[in-house]
Order: sequence, then structure tokens, then C-alpha cells
Amino acid sequence: MSVLTDTTADLLGSGAEDRSGGQLLEISMGPQHPSTHGVFRMDVTLDGEKVVKLKPVFGYLHRNHEKIAEKESYLGCMPYTDRLDYFCSITNNWAYALAVESLAGIKVPERAEYLRVITGELTRLQNHASLVGFLMQDMGASGTPLMYAFREREKILDLFEALTGARMMCNYMRFGGCRVDAPAGWMQQAQKVVDAFPRFLDEFERMLVSNEILMARTQGVGVVTTAQAVNAGFSGPMARASGVNYDLRKVDKYGIYERFAFRVPLGDHGDVYDRYMLRVLEMRESVEILKQAMRDIPAGPIMDPGTKIRGFRPKAGEAYGRIEAPKGELGFYLVSDGSGNPYRFRVRPPSLINLTLLEDMCIGQNVADIVIILGSVDIVLGEVDR
Amino acid sequence: MLGEGILKGLTETARNFFGSYVDDERLTTVQYPEERLEQIEATRDFPFLVYDGEDWEKGMRCVSCQICEKECPPKCISIEKSKDKKPDATGKAQFYPAKFDIDISVCMSCQICVEVCPFDAIKMDVVYELSTEDRFGGLLLNKEQLSKSNEYYNKIHPTEAGAVDAALAAEREKARQAAAAKAAEAKPAATAVVGAAAVERDGTK
Repeated sequence: MSVLTDTTADLLGSGAEDRSGGQLLEISMGPQHPSTHGVFRMDVTLDGEKVVKLKPVFGYLHRNHEKIAEKESYLGCMPYTDRLDYFCSITNNWAYALAVESLAGIKVPERAEYLRVITGELTRLQNHASLVGFLMQDMGASGTPLMYAFREREKILDLFEALTGARMMCNYMRFGGCRVDAPAGWMQQAQKVVDAFPRFLDEFERMLVSNEILMARTQGVGVVTTAQAVNAGFSGPMARASGVNYDLRKVDKYGIYERFAFRVPLGDHGDVYDRYMLRVLEMRESVEILKQAMRDIPAGPIMDPGTKIRGFRPKAGEAYGRIEAPKGELGFYLVSDGSGNPYRFRVRPPSLINLTLLEDMCIGQNVADIVIILGSVDIVLGEVDR
Repeated sequence: MLGEGILKGLTETARNFFGSYVDDERLTTVQYPEERLEQIEATRDFPFLVYDGEDWEKGMRCVSCQICEKECPPKCISIEKSKDKKPDATGKAQFYPAKFDIDISVCMSCQICVEVCPFDAIKMDVVYELSTEDRFGGLLLNKEQLSKSNEYYNKIHPTEAGAVDAALAAEREKARQAAAAKAAEAKPAATAVVGAAAVERDGTK
């Protein structure tokens, strides 16, 4: 027996059983930079390449969102909601507006409802497009798929800028409607973007869906069973990839969603590949909704004339407003004591709750898989930490 | 065949690469400092104060009502109301801001100040490339730095400014007519007041 083997045996212990007892490696990993998924850390315990324990550590981006909102007027809370999930500011606005509307019993005019659906579905398109891009980036396809996705996202952000004045922090919706109407020519421009979007999806599918490396890396990785997904309170694409047929657009039919014909794609295996494919399929359905909404949008007012924006004081009570945000069920729970600012303001963030099963998804997987499992959950730390 | 999917994907990449030489649709980047995209009209970033006419101090629309200061979510506006009144653009005596500061390093460009302003005095600018070496004062703008002419506002947001100008002109016309009607009515009333004052003076005697 050579000296080298002896030394290795000393280092690693005499056998595999002992090694798991005494030679576990604890490392701290995570997307540390704000321009990746966010500021997040995982305490991972490794046995060789395999994950035996994982503890997510968050709170690095905590900014007291819910407490600040208690000191702000109902109007003043609106721009803060943009900063929750900073990829999808419009859907955040929508959920908050819905909560305030049900608190005060406000009716939203027809045209505003259509504008909400159009901007909301555009948000879903750009969120899912950039998510699949980031997932590929996490897998090591550095640049190309992400940049193709960003090219499409850019067109949608330009639409947002022309409509709301800002690319990401739109601050677009108000309780009782929307802030501004679409300027002249906006709808035609949006129509062009929506019509061209399936071309990008085809291109993206040709480029990646049958790619052998992608399949080898994602299939059977990070599996969540249907029972697990239900128990953990998953929502959105994460739940649907595990086969839970739960889409608030179908269940709640908030706004005017019962008027549109669209399908809800479901996954079979609940692995990373299913979550990736589900987002691609959801984008196709969103394009269908957008086409119908743009065809049917009526003329008319965009704000409920009876709603006071400044000095808004709903009567005492509580309300919960929820929507199907691109990442899952986004809810706002508001308690009013009749004053000008919310007495209690609570956010139900989809990213945080979809992240709770991270350890179960990662145990038994390789270190490199942690990165893509985290990528497939689609988190934005602005929302997780609030 | 193993690797077929990868090859298929690479043809797509190649199509995009070579396409960028012939198709403008595929060439989406801009060489930024040299080339610049056209400004989108609705764009907003930081607030500024609008004044009418030539002189920024005389034509300032702001009457120091402090609504924007109260409503600003991150509280980046600081206003001090004047003690005296000065005539505004319509000639009516109004308060004016003795101090009007906006810390644009705190501002989050939500434009709630614009929405709540009843006098159309504060609007959103489109300036960028504002970095400065002065950490404390550089981004704290005072009244003079914030004041920009109505012509500038018309240049950056033509549609919105046109609507505001029309609304303001209608309002001023109405105020002028009301004032004229009041003046015509006030002549006999004024003598009555003088008479009443005389009576009062007599009464106190």
C-alpha cells in the first residue's frame, strides 16, 4: 500500500460511513451580488458533492416595508409596492390596488380593467422571459440566452416607459383605476410587440428545449411532489409545475379574467425542467390573453370619479386582495382604523413561500444543482425580505 | 442523435449573429455615450418647479401650500413658507416658498408630488447623468436650481404641457372675468362700505 493512499485515508477517514460522520464540509454560498438573484445566503453542509443540509439565510434586503407603510398615506404606499418584486412593479400595484378597492368598495371602470390586464400580462411576459434567461445563465450558458431574453424584455420596458414614465418603478395603478391613459399610438406599438413575441418564443425553443445539456442538468433535479407543493403553500408556476391546478386567474377570476379564453399549463414531474417549460408555455398563454384584451378594449374613463386619491380615508375594517403575480399568489392584507394610513399592512410574498422548500429540493443533489434549483424558484429578494 | 439539440441551438445563435449585420431588428444595442436613443415623452425622473415668463422668482407658480411636502412618500421635499405675500402670474397676492429644497438622492421619482399639486407648479424632469463628487450638497437642489421655465416644460413633455397650459389659461380667463364682474359690481358697494365705516367711526366717537 502506498503512502499516498494512507494519507488520503487519514484525511477522509477510513470509510464512507465515517466520512459522513466526521468530514462534512460546511460552506456558505449564494447569490451575494444584488445584480444576480439578490442578496441571499445558504449555509450548505456537503458530503463530498452531495448536499446533506441546507439552511437559507435571508433578511439582507430587509427595508421595513410593512412598518413604513403604516406611516404612509394609502396613496404613499403605492410607489413602495413597486420595490417589492422589482421585476414586476405593475402586478404589485395591482394587488395593492385590489386590496384597497375591496377595503373601500370601489368599482373600477371597464377601460381601466383592460389596461390592467394588458400591463399585467406584459409584466408576466417580461418576468418569465428574463427568468428563463437567468436560469440558463445559472446553468453556465453565460450570456446568449439571457441577452436574447433581455432583448425582448427591453421592448416591453420601452412600452412601460411610454405609458407610465418609468421602466421598472412604474407606479401605474391607483385605487379606482389607472393613473394615465395610453398615449396616442401606444396600443399599436404594444400590438406590434405582442405579435412579434411568439417569434422569440419559437427561437428560444429551437435554441434550448431539445438541448441535451439542458435536459441532463434539469430533468429529475429538485423534484417537488404534488403533496409537498400543497403542504408548503406553493402558488404560481412553482405549484403548477408540480401538477397543482391552481391559478388565481381561474380560481378568483379577479378583474375581468373570466372574459378571456386561456389554458393553464401543468407539469408532471415537478423538476427544474418542468418549471422551465411551464414558464415558456405560460408566456404563450399570456400572448393569447393580450391579443384578446387588445382586441376588446373599450373607450371610456380610466378612473372611478368618486374616488379621492389624496386624503383617502376608508372606513374601519380589513381586506385581503390577491392576484396571480408572475411568481405566484401575491396578497396584501390591510387593516384600516378609519384614519388616513393603514393600521396594519401585510404582504404575502410568493417568492418567500416558494422558497421554503429549498432544503427539501436540494438534499441529495450535487452542489452545482443548488444554483439551478434556486434559479428555477424565481425569487426576487426585494420581495422575500421586504 | 446525441448533440443534435445543441447543433440546432447553435444554428439559431449563428442566425442571430450574422443577421445582426443585415437586419436592424437583430441589432438592438446602441453605443451609448456617442449614440443616444430618442427620449420617450412620458419619461420622468426628478421633480422641478415651473415658472411662467422670464424671471424665475416673479413667475414661480408655487404658492407654498406644502401639500407635496406632506404627501411625498420618502419625504425628500422641504419647504419654508414666506411671511409676506407677492403677486403671482395672475396678479393675485400669494405666499411663495422662502425655501424649497428637494434632495434628489432621496427622491424615488414616483411623481406623487406632481399628482397632488393643485397649481401645476411641480413637474417631472428628464435629466440624467447627474453624478457629482459633492456627497452632501451636490444632489440637494435649492429653489433656484429647481426652477425651470414653462418653455422648457413644453419642450420635454409637449402633450402634457399643452393640456396644462390650456387648463391654466381657461382658469385665468375665468378669474379675470370674475374679477371684472366684481369690479363692475363693487363700485356702488364700495361707497356703501365707506358709508358704513363712517357710521362706525361716528358710533365710536
